[in-house]
Amino acid sequence: MIPAPFDYHRPDSLEGVMSLIREHGDEARVMAGGHSLIPMMKLRMAEVPHLIDLQAIDSLRGIRIDGDKITLGAMVTQHELIDHAELATKAPILREAALQIADPQVRYMGTVGGNVANGDPGNDMPGLMQCLDAQFTLHGPEGTRTVAARDFYEAAYMTARTDEEVLTEVTFAATGGGYAYEKQKRKIGDYATAAAAVLISKSGGQVSAASVAMTNLSDVPVFSQGAADALVGTDCGDAAVDAAVAAALAEIDPTEDNRGPVAFKRHVAGIIIARTIRGAFNRA
Amino acid sequence: MKDEVQTREDRVANLKGMGCSRKRVEDARFTQGKGNYVDDVKLPGMLHGDFVRSPYGHARIKSIDTSAALALDGVVAVLTAEDLAPLNLHWMPTLAGDKQMVLADGKVLFQGQEVAFVVARDRYVAADAVELVEVDYEDLPVIVNPHESLQSDVVLREDLAGQTSGAHGPRKHHNHIFTWEVGDKEGTEQVMENADVVVEQSMYYHRTHPCPLETCGSVASMDKVNGKLTVYGTFQAPHVVRTVASLLSGIEEHNIRVISPDIGGGFGNKVGVYPGYVCSIVASIVTGKPVKWVEDRMENLMSTAFARDYHMTGKISATKDGKITGLDCHVIADHGAFDACADPTKFPAGFMNICTGSYDIPVAHLAVDGVYTNKAPGGVSYRCSFRVTEAVYLIERMIEVLAIELNMDAAELRRINFIKKEQFPYTSALGWEYDSGDYHTAWDKALEAVDYKGLRAEQAERVAAFKRGETRSLMGIGLTFFTEIVGAGPVKNCDILGMGMFDSCEIRIHPTGSAIARLGTISQGQGHATTFAQILASEIGLPADSITIEEGDTDTAPYGLGTYGSRSTPVAGAATAMAGRKIRAKAQMIAAYLLEVHDDDVEFDVDRFVVKGAPERFKTMKDIAYAAYNQAIPGIEPGLEAVSYYDPPNMTYPFGAYICVMDIDVDTGVPDIRKFYALDDCGTRINPMIIEGQIHGGLTEALAVSLGQEIAYDDMGNVKTGTLMDFFLPTAWEVPNYETDHTVTPSPHHPIGAKGVGESPHVGGVPCFSNAVQDAFRPFGNRHTNMPHDHWRIWKTANDLGLHG
Ligand SMILES: Cc1cc2nc3c(=O)[nH]c(=O)nc-3n(C[C@H](O)[C@H](O)[C@H](O)COP(=O)(O)OP(=O)(O)OC[C@H]3O[C@@H](n4cnc5c(N)ncnc54)[C@H](O)[C@@H]3O)c2cc1C
Repeated sequence: MIPAPFDYHRPDSLEGVMSLIREHGDEARVMAGGHSLIPMMKLRMAEVPHLIDLQAIDSLRGIRIDGDKITLGAMVTQHELIDHAELATKAPILREAALQIADPQVRYMGTVGGNVANGDPGNDMPGLMQCLDAQFTLHGPEGTRTVAARDFYEAAYMTARTDEEVLTEVTFAATGGGYAYEKQKRKIGDYATAAAAVLISKSGGQVSAASVAMTNLSDVPVFSQGAADALVGTDCGDAAVDAAVAAALAEIDPTEDNRGPVAFKRHVAGIIIARTIRGAFNRA
Repeated sequence: MKDEVQTREDRVANLKGMGCSRKRVEDARFTQGKGNYVDDVKLPGMLHGDFVRSPYGHARIKSIDTSAALALDGVVAVLTAEDLAPLNLHWMPTLAGDKQMVLADGKVLFQGQEVAFVVARDRYVAADAVELVEVDYEDLPVIVNPHESLQSDVVLREDLAGQTSGAHGPRKHHNHIFTWEVGDKEGTEQVMENADVVVEQSMYYHRTHPCPLETCGSVASMDKVNGKLTVYGTFQAPHVVRTVASLLSGIEEHNIRVISPDIGGGFGNKVGVYPGYVCSIVASIVTGKPVKWVEDRMENLMSTAFARDYHMTGKISATKDGKITGLDCHVIADHGAFDACADPTKFPAGFMNICTGSYDIPVAHLAVDGVYTNKAPGGVSYRCSFRVTEAVYLIERMIEVLAIELNMDAAELRRINFIKKEQFPYTSALGWEYDSGDYHTAWDKALEAVDYKGLRAEQAERVAAFKRGETRSLMGIGLTFFTEIVGAGPVKNCDILGMGMFDSCEIRIHPTGSAIARLGTISQGQGHATTFAQILASEIGLPADSITIEEGDTDTAPYGLGTYGSRSTPVAGAATAMAGRKIRAKAQMIAAYLLEVHDDDVEFDVDRFVVKGAPERFKTMKDIAYAAYNQAIPGIEPGLEAVSYYDPPNMTYPFGAYICVMDIDVDTGVPDIRKFYALDDCGTRINPMIIEGQIHGGLTEALAVSLGQEIAYDDMGNVKTGTLMDFFLPTAWEVPNYETDHTVTPSPHHPIGAKGVGESPHVGGVPCFSNAVQDAFRPFGNRHTNMPHDHWRIWKTANDLGLHG
């Protein structure tokens, strides 16, 4: 558990990061909380000759709430998501999800940017951000662009971000109705056996809008428009939930691992999705 | 003014002797980061070792090229089997009478096996150099299943080819290690033939690992000037390590000093001798510098001693009203690549023959076959006395299975088969003499405490509601009544590498009335420094706070066999009491002299000797200690010291009654432990707080093992659970609130009646959690499913029973 040798850089501005990336190219990689990257380096599954620590860059920090628009700096920690009173009222699903990530020690270090940029299908934030229809801001040598969370993930550890780009912030709109994040895991600190994020708005006892996304059930997070469509216009009764679950299950592709074989995961996924939908509906 | 004379109660309280929940004296150090563990040992000029390990489960080594590693700046040496062969150290004897490669000799037999040892300036260079050692492997067929191994043409241990007999008798096949058989085979068969009811059940007690917080490691320092070798290490038995090191290296034993500093948990993982220890010693001899080796977590899980891996089949017979008439057990024991089990020499399957449990079973038979496979060696007793967990799991599952067959309540079935109080000392069908017990009292107390009848009624309601489709949750009631066998052991039948399993204590009383006591054991978190001082306080009348307990340095401590198998209190604790009594006997003579009366006219009272019938005339132990050093007493040597080597006349047999209530989400397989009640009887209770702490810890490890913790291999011999992401180590979050309770049935042969407790909760806890899971599915036809009951296996149990519609 000893990483290969590397040089450590701690620039205090985004320009500093850019020039280090320009200088070292492929050999450089940014580090946020380090709680995904450092284990990979220690296992020598990642070799990073030039490690660029983002901790000293103030512009990447902070949670900003401007009316209905919420912006999370890339370096906002998972702990800060839990601790932010206004966020807990404007988009409470973030707190609910963050509380199910890892353990307090990891959450003090792990960041939103690292979690969504990492591209690990086990990470909880990517599915959550797809559910929220968040936008990721990327800063690179060519300037700044935004990519929708729903378009960002290509395969495990493969995203729309180029190696030269840094993810600077995540933006999304405040949520209105009901919300739920449900996750089945083997223990605290474990990645999901199956997890789902659901947002539901209700009017007149019926679902007026819905959003359903899932974690660790494919090599990328899975946003299911079909599941949402199956719910809208219904009273979220058993038939509607069953239809939504069926739509969601049609889009997942779990793999066997130590958590269990595919049949088990698919079954549990269906249960978790149904519970999350009902949970969100009951809160709407 | 208030009378300053202390009352007798004050004097008793002041001692903090036996029975008091004295706070642990170790904790101030541990909780402030002031412990001194092996990795804290830093010696001038120290080098660091790291292993090149096999990525394969079974492969021939065609060549090893160390040149690139040696060329790296800071690398001092790279050792391979070829370098160790001239010293005859490329193989080493195991505790089980087998031998084991120190570094791969021609082939590798398990993933993670030690292939080469890199020695470098620092830990980082060593890790880089490991990557530069080029090993050319040629795949060989991998066998991870012992049943297959016994059928296979593939010879795993080529070094043993043609040997039809091993350390424990005949070998039936080239991958077979031994057969160990006890009991009355024919008698048992006969009883089974004529029995009303016979049930047979196979079960697999999966491979797991003790996974102590601190991994294994050592620092060896060979001083070539004075010829002395000092070895610091994570040793649960430092004296045995010294003897083995001497035998292996040829260095005379007086020139070897072995030190176990603070140890961060052992649970059996630190009993064996590992290649890392040997390599650090050889490397220090070769380089003339101190050499440190500390394994990382993955190395710990992959290569140092696993536990269990028993494929067990039980057959139990009974009358139709439930009286058990016989028990027959067979085990295929997967020992991995080398038989490195840590058991007393004459017990190659440990005390598996305690498998008749707490029941009066007239006739029984047990046969165990040890088998080689391409898995890591080990076979240690993870928080249990030798293989007792396996034995108790087997019988406690067999009882449940029999209850199902008889359609009886499992609590009642246990009750009618318990050994009765008046039967103790009780000789079991497989040859043990249980010292004392009162099982019925303990069982009744436990059942009442949890309202057993109420729980069964609630469970029946739940099943009915489930069948009506009103709930998707089932309720399981796990029962276990266990009897442990600990305190190995009588020298006449217990030894490790020929060393009798006595233990020892040496006491020196200082002139001002404080003391130091040294023991042959070594604490790994059990709190010896706290409890042994309490035993002494009660025996010699000096406050526990004035007594230092020291263990682990072979240059100062008396010889002992170490700490495992709950043996410290039964054996070293007895030695402590006996040494204390020698001190007291001499103190009595001194007191009589000082009080100018005959020896027989004084008696011990808490912290003093008083003249019989005249309690105002006394000498405190403090007075006596001073007198022992400051005045000439006719016929008595100066000083106040004693040493005792205690050879226990028998094992001790702690027991307990555990009950677990669990709710199970049938759809996701997630269990929720609602209640866990643990009644323990460990005889005399020295420190109730420490007992409770031990029980909480042991139950948590039991929860881990029964609900998910395993070392799993794929068919290629790859370890699938080599990190804590997949190897289940529960956190506070997963652990329920434990309710502890007790009865007290002292051991009649132990000087203070104590039996040992550290392992009971694990031994009893594993079947209790497992029985709870299985009991939830009993109404739907479940008879037995294997552990670990992780989410998917629980889900599978439900699925196989058709509960998912
Ligand atoms: C024991 C443990 C349990 C965990 N359990 C969970 C869990 O249950 N759920 C979960 O979601 N996560 C879990 N995690 C992961 C944790 O949340 C990580 O912190 C998170 O995934 C990554 O965040 P980080 O800030 O640590 O990123 P880092 O490890 O620093 O970086 C991760 C990757 O993202 C890249 N990166 C980081 N920031 C940026 C950026 N601004 N722009 C571009 N690229 C960037 C890095 O180069 C690296 O490749 C766990 C981690 C541990 C150690």
